[in-house]
Amino acid sequence: MKTFAELNFPGRLIAVEGLDGSGKSTQIYLLKRWLEAEGIKVYFSEWNSSELVKSATSKGKKRELLTPTTFSLIHATDFGDRYERHLLPLLRAGYMVLCDRYIFTAFARDVVRGCPPEWVRGIYNFAAQPDLTIFFKADLEVSLNRILEGRPKLKFFEAGMDLELSNDPYESFRIFQGRILEQYMAMSGEFNFIVMDANLHVEKQQVAVRKLVGERIDLKQFKRRSPLPLPPPAPPDEKSIEMEEDSAA
Amino acid sequence: MNTNPKPADQCRRFYGHGIPGIQLEQLTGRLIVVEGADGSGRSTQIARLVDWLETGGHPTVQVGLKRSTLVSSELEKAQEGNILSRTTLSLFYATDFADQLENIILPALKAGFIVLADRYIYTLMARDMVRGMDETWLKNLYGIAPEPDAVFYLSVEPEELVQRNLAKNATLDFWESGMDLGLSRDMFDSFIKYQTAIQAVFRRLQTTYAFNIVDANRSMDSVTKELRKKIGALLNGD
Repeated sequence: MKTFAELNFPGRLIAVEGLDGSGKSTQIYLLKRWLEAEGIKVYFSEWNSSELVKSATSKGKKRELLTPTTFSLIHATDFGDRYERHLLPLLRAGYMVLCDRYIFTAFARDVVRGCPPEWVRGIYNFAAQPDLTIFFKADLEVSLNRILEGRPKLKFFEAGMDLELSNDPYESFRIFQGRILEQYMAMSGEFNFIVMDANLHVEKQQVAVRKLVGERIDLKQFKRRSPLPLPPPAPPDEKSIEMEEDSAA
Repeated sequence: MNTNPKPADQCRRFYGHGIPGIQLEQLTGRLIVVEGADGSGRSTQIARLVDWLETGGHPTVQVGLKRSTLVSSELEKAQEGNILSRTTLSLFYATDFADQLENIILPALKAGFIVLADRYIYTLMARDMVRGMDETWLKNLYGIAPEPDAVFYLSVEPEELVQRNLAKNATLDFWESGMDLGLSRDMFDSFIKYQTAIQAVFRRLQTTYAFNIVDANRSMDSVTKELRKKIGALLNGD
């Protein structure tokens, strides 16, 4: 499996992976803010977010119509749509693409649901390897507590209830997440995951993430040649009027 | 006429990895597939087969492309705008197929029904292969499909197909003409070129999947007669 750099794409793709509650979404969001401030062309894409496929996915989930096979295929459809219509053209145009979850989410989840690993990997073999994959590894208990702290209502598929691991959604979620973590760890070496200690303080992690990205990727290549249009000026407040008077004087 | 259960020496199999948790020996029904282009007489032949089989005391169930509860309306909508890329379209159709497979085909086969499929994975594969998709990728994707008991490919010359489609609808379907491929700006030409290409792929697939190729340039009645004869033999275990 080749990275986008190895395939001579001018853009680069960074993916974050991890369990729900590992804090990866916060980290990739802060990374995006930094890159934007640096004047870099950035695009952010989230798992399961294609407009075209969304209504089918949410219908399937709401009505609990999905089997492991259709769950896998509908997410692959979603990914395929984002990959071919957004990611590839943006990477051709020299963007830094940030993905909150990539194909490894499917490799882990679908296999835990009982789909054959070779089948799942074969379906996603149209996708190239990210130039950098950061795996946020928190202790299972830490992730679980982050999600379960507020005793939220866990959704059926989110809790892995379709696997009939337990009648208690919280217990089911714990077992399900534990199995997903095992799958992730098993593929970590094969796909060159950079493992980030997600038990650390959130700001410390961000420092480490930015340092890593700065070391791995020559960021100045991805700067915008022309600046983005500036937002319209804010209405002047009293202070600035005063200053204008000063300078006029 | 009784349906003989599938003999042990004709074990059912999936083309690839199959569906997790399915016991193949429980699938005692029959799966019969009718393939062919629009205008090949597929729907008419299937309606006649249903009549004939049900009159003979066989419970039947019908499936076809784009008929799933899960994604059919979304697929229809996305296709209208012609905005899906080829991989997405392919995976969307695979999702539609898998949904019907697990919710209709497999339960019906378990219950001993005769499932009549108005097109199956071969049309889906042929369409994608004409569009340059990788055959190995498609074979892995559709490794979820059980091998049917019989596949009948209703073969009609493209020149005859175009006449039948125009006589019926006075127009040609965008997708059945392969207009997304840019083969020709002329719809008539595009239809002929596209259907010729599809038939070439079907002939290639035939060597792997051993379809019965039925000459459907003939009258409806003679095609019906041939199908009944072959299906009758299958059900009697000849």
